[in-house]
Amino acid sequence: MISSNQLLSYSIWLPIVFGILVLFMHRDSQKNMARVVALVGSIASLLVTLPLWMRFDNATAAMQFVERIEWVARFNVYYALGVDGISMLFILLNSFTTVLVIIAAWQVIQTKTSQYLAAFLIMSGLINGVFAATDAILFYVFFEAMLIPMFLIIGIWGGPNRVYAAVKFFLYTLLGSLLMLAAIIYLYNITNGSFDLADYKRVFIAKDVQILLFFAFFASFAVKVPMWPVHTWLPDAHVEAPTGGSVVLAAITLKIGAYGFLRFNMSITPDAAVALQTFMITLSLIAVVYIGFVALAQSDMKKLVAYSSISHMGFVTLGFFLFNAQGWEGALLQMISHGFISAAMFLCIGVLYDRVHSREISAYGGVINTMPKFAFFAVFFAMANSGLPGTSGFVGEFIVIMGAIRVNFWIAFAAATTLILGAAYSLWMVKRVIFGDIANDDVRGLTDINGREMTMLLVLAIAVLAMGVYPDPMATVMHKTVEALVTHVQIGKLN
Amino acid sequence: MTFASLNAGLAYPEIFLLAASCVLLVGDLFMPAAGRDARLTLAGVVIFAITAVLVVTGNQPQSAGVMLAAKQLGPQYAFSNMFVVDGMSTLLKVSMLMAMAVVLIYSRAYMVARGIFSTEFVALLLFATLGMMLMVSANNFVPLYLGLELLALSSYALVAINRDSAVSTEAAMKYFILGALASGLLLYGMSMIYGATGGSLDISQIGKTIAFSQAKDPLVSFGVVFIIAGLAFKLGVVPFHMWVPDVYHGAPTPITLFIGSAPKIAAFGFLMRIVADGLGGASGDWQGMLVILAVLSIGLGNLVAISQTNLKRMLAYSTISHMGFLLLGVLAASREGYAAGMFYVITYAITALASFGVILLLSRAGFEADELADLKGLNKRSPWVAFLMLIVAVSLAGIPLSAGFFAKLAVLEAALKAGFLWVVVFAVVMSVIGAFYYLRVIKLMYFDEPTDNHPIEASSGMHVMLSVNSLAILGFGLFPGALLSACMMAINRTL
Repeated sequence: MISSNQLLSYSIWLPIVFGILVLFMHRDSQKNMARVVALVGSIASLLVTLPLWMRFDNATAAMQFVERIEWVARFNVYYALGVDGISMLFILLNSFTTVLVIIAAWQVIQTKTSQYLAAFLIMSGLINGVFAATDAILFYVFFEAMLIPMFLIIGIWGGPNRVYAAVKFFLYTLLGSLLMLAAIIYLYNITNGSFDLADYKRVFIAKDVQILLFFAFFASFAVKVPMWPVHTWLPDAHVEAPTGGSVVLAAITLKIGAYGFLRFNMSITPDAAVALQTFMITLSLIAVVYIGFVALAQSDMKKLVAYSSISHMGFVTLGFFLFNAQGWEGALLQMISHGFISAAMFLCIGVLYDRVHSREISAYGGVINTMPKFAFFAVFFAMANSGLPGTSGFVGEFIVIMGAIRVNFWIAFAAATTLILGAAYSLWMVKRVIFGDIANDDVRGLTDINGREMTMLLVLAIAVLAMGVYPDPMATVMHKTVEALVTHVQIGKLN
Repeated sequence: MTFASLNAGLAYPEIFLLAASCVLLVGDLFMPAAGRDARLTLAGVVIFAITAVLVVTGNQPQSAGVMLAAKQLGPQYAFSNMFVVDGMSTLLKVSMLMAMAVVLIYSRAYMVARGIFSTEFVALLLFATLGMMLMVSANNFVPLYLGLELLALSSYALVAINRDSAVSTEAAMKYFILGALASGLLLYGMSMIYGATGGSLDISQIGKTIAFSQAKDPLVSFGVVFIIAGLAFKLGVVPFHMWVPDVYHGAPTPITLFIGSAPKIAAFGFLMRIVADGLGGASGDWQGMLVILAVLSIGLGNLVAISQTNLKRMLAYSTISHMGFLLLGVLAASREGYAAGMFYVITYAITALASFGVILLLSRAGFEADELADLKGLNKRSPWVAFLMLIVAVSLAGIPLSAGFFAKLAVLEAALKAGFLWVVVFAVVMSVIGAFYYLRVIKLMYFDEPTDNHPIEASSGMHVMLSVNSLAILGFGLFPGALLSACMMAINRTL
């Protein structure tokens, strides 16, 4: 039995250690060994995160599983970890996704297999660190370090335009995060030398300063989410990244942006957040509606799902800036659900791409005739993506819209259009790709999914269904923390 | 005056270094030519090691180790206050000596392969080291200037050590002429300070006079201008940077390696002696100047580095921007700022050593690996060397998990605390631009196919040294605490 007070460290370092181990199996003859070790590592990492949920205390908003060791004495930096209701589930989601990514890479990645697997394992550990860090510098270290494996993943195993996409991805995120660093240093100075996020939450900050800090954090997290108009890196990165890269980008790294809004913007600059509500809601609605239309116009499947992700993440930021518990819980559920669904969508596209080597919608047609099992899953996930009741996609969106109605009918109305748009682009894509007559010889020659592909899609389908039917266990985890944080924002720091 | 009152014991390391260098120079005449390179390298490394041991233990009978040395109380003076030993000088000297030993180890194979390894090469390095040690230990303008000139003259000769190369000779000429001009400016500035402070050359005396003088003497301000200009030349910051790219590019790579590492530490010590010790009372005069120098260096260095195709030239412009960052720490004019600058320069020297070490490792007889394109596909040729260079690039870009991150954090923190918010924001934005060309290095190594499939010829010793060097960067990125505290203590025991 692992003791509770080191669980978070295990969830961070176990995948990293396995990743380094895999890195040493770089000979061609060791490919299979590397795959097995990576799979074992990712499953072990998932297993050590499970007790986080099982032993989680739903009755408190405080940080749990806390670890605190001095790291850099000179700057008062602590290796401080802890999770609450808004971060715990993402660690599980991340570890879960990593297992899928390793399985998805099994046969597909033949060049530098060990480096590919190691990059994902190391990144998985670093992302767990982002969600678990309660010290600003530790958060920043994980937040930035995570970029390097992703940069390599896109750049080495990506598509034809991978270098452009990788550099764009990196520089966009770096600019944002460096402004956040400046803000953190500022906060360090006004709290008399503390990098503890809890201190930042408490310290009094004048309103105009809060606005500046808000925008510094905004620069970092809005790029990550991504919000319109700083979303342009995402379609490039998604399209060029290998399947695993797209899955992690969509399922996890986008969530880091949204999580950052809660942990930084809401906690540290609540009054600025309230003051900028209209601004943020406007940007979110533009993402939801306008990007929804943009998705409709795509001819590339990955681009379509990428734009659909931006649109869905618009829902999340919209939910946050409603400043009521309903909006937040809906948004958080939407984040988790989107983690499952977008991962599934990209895996489905990956399945097709591995066989035909094209992401163009027009290269397909009538796939159902040759891949009936695959077609079942593809249609199911497309339905989930458009928010069909009974799937997880419905839960979050529905609750956010309910929250929005309490604030303003027209906001809710605009947000609800995404349900129509989502259905339109998802189902239209399915219609063109899956249904109809067999379009060409490529499609004629397709073989249906094998056991490995079946497993990963089935697991995701079960998750999507389970969460759609019974979201309560997840909602319970968030409840206390969300309530406490919403109250914090509503009271603000100025009163 | 008796010998005891000279307190010459404080200078034992310098005296030993001088004696050993002379013995080496003369003694080698009587040795057989066979195996000269190995013998001289070994002798040089041993001399550096013994000197370092003397520095650490020599003056403190009660203690051993850098940490303890830094703890000992206050500065100790020798030779009628001309020579000072304090926390800063001890730490800087040890860093320089270690860097010089690494320089010697890296250089041997390259110099031998090109037939320019000679006794003079080792002797000049030793004399340059003596000059540097004098620079950081001087408490009087005269030894300060002597140390500087000893370093400069050795460097001019070293740049021109490959007499048959037109490029090297041209670089040496430029270096010499501009260096002489800088020395002139420096002397002129010193003479003004001498006049303004009633005929004193003693730095601590000048410091007191300026700090306690009521009326602001314009002569002091003028002197400061000239001294700062001279220092800027030596540091290679904009607009006094013209020599840096040409010398870096034109000098044989081992000499570039030398110029880019230990002399930066010495220049920092020199700067500290003058502006912090001597002109600390006139900080208002030089802070503004340093802001301009820092901003210009960070801006121009990063922008021009983008368009370079030669790795050495690119690193030269990178140095310019890094020296700008170093000035950010110093211009804060606080103990934290000085300590941050010290940490910055030491970690930068380690990183610079590794960056040129990679060039030397990839070079072989008749082939200089100094073009960026020579890094293409390094990951395929040698994943380990590519990884080591990845650490270097990440550290130069200031991304976490490397020493470069904490160095940037420290100087930015100090500058922000001193109220230079916009300078910090500018530096942050420019470092995003800087990240672009470091990313290109990573891109070339990891994303491109190798054009040069020649096996890497470097010896295993070279590989081990480079591994230790690069992993040290990683080590200081993960555990910066000890060195940061040592720097802080060193400054506390100096001022």
